[in-house]
Amino acid sequence: MSQPYILVDEKLFDIAAETDALYQDNPTDGAVVTFIGLVRDFNQGKNIKQLTLEHYPAMTQKVLADIVEQANQQWSLGRVRVIHRVGDLAINDPIVFVGVSAMHRADAFMAAQFIMDLLKTQAPFWKKEQSKEGEHWVEARASDQTAAQKWLAK
Amino acid sequence: MIKVLFFAQLREELGCESIDLAEQSSLTVGKVKEILANKDERWGKAFAGNLLAAVNQEMQTDEALVKDNDEVAFFPPVTGG
Repeated sequence: MSQPYILVDEKLFDIAAETDALYQDNPTDGAVVTFIGLVRDFNQGKNIKQLTLEHYPAMTQKVLADIVEQANQQWSLGRVRVIHRVGDLAINDPIVFVGVSAMHRADAFMAAQFIMDLLKTQAPFWKKEQSKEGEHWVEARASDQTAAQKWLAK
Repeated sequence: MIKVLFFAQLREELGCESIDLAEQSSLTVGKVKEILANKDERWGKAFAGNLLAAVNQEMQTDEALVKDNDEVAFFPPVTGG
């Protein structure tokens, strides 16, 4: 794996530019897998108007780097890019980008899913949603815990 | 001195984002939680919930030791991504 690119930022990222950065001038890799997480307009029974993402600045970068390194130890990877936004986000906004290039697709698929599953349960981000009824903190999902546990039990 | 940080819903429930705690011998994450929960009813209620803890920006369990100058953080289960 080359030096991974990890960014936590308020700004909107450019999906096309991020994808380009995974494959351009990269003749050794035969596969690129990307995941983009978006803000939905309906969650946990409420119509959402806006979302605010809080994080623990000193910890987020460290945790993301550690998750990427764990992926690197399990699969043969080329380039890895992880971007997570914080602050105020609108409906349909991209929240997270995980991109992995690898010589073969199985490694890229597995690593991208692993990074997302661990990010969901270990990276210190919290979502607060604004709806017509007011604002509320998003509750953690048991299914996310189960998804992460599957990797850790291996 | 030990710096203790609070995030998200916990921070709002406490109305406080950080406090300083005097060091003690054989302090653990669980003990720090107990000290904070015993401050008053509001803190007791906030710390009764399901919380995660980190020491020096690494997730830890209640048994983890806390030393002088450590940064301890408490927060609800994470919901990013």
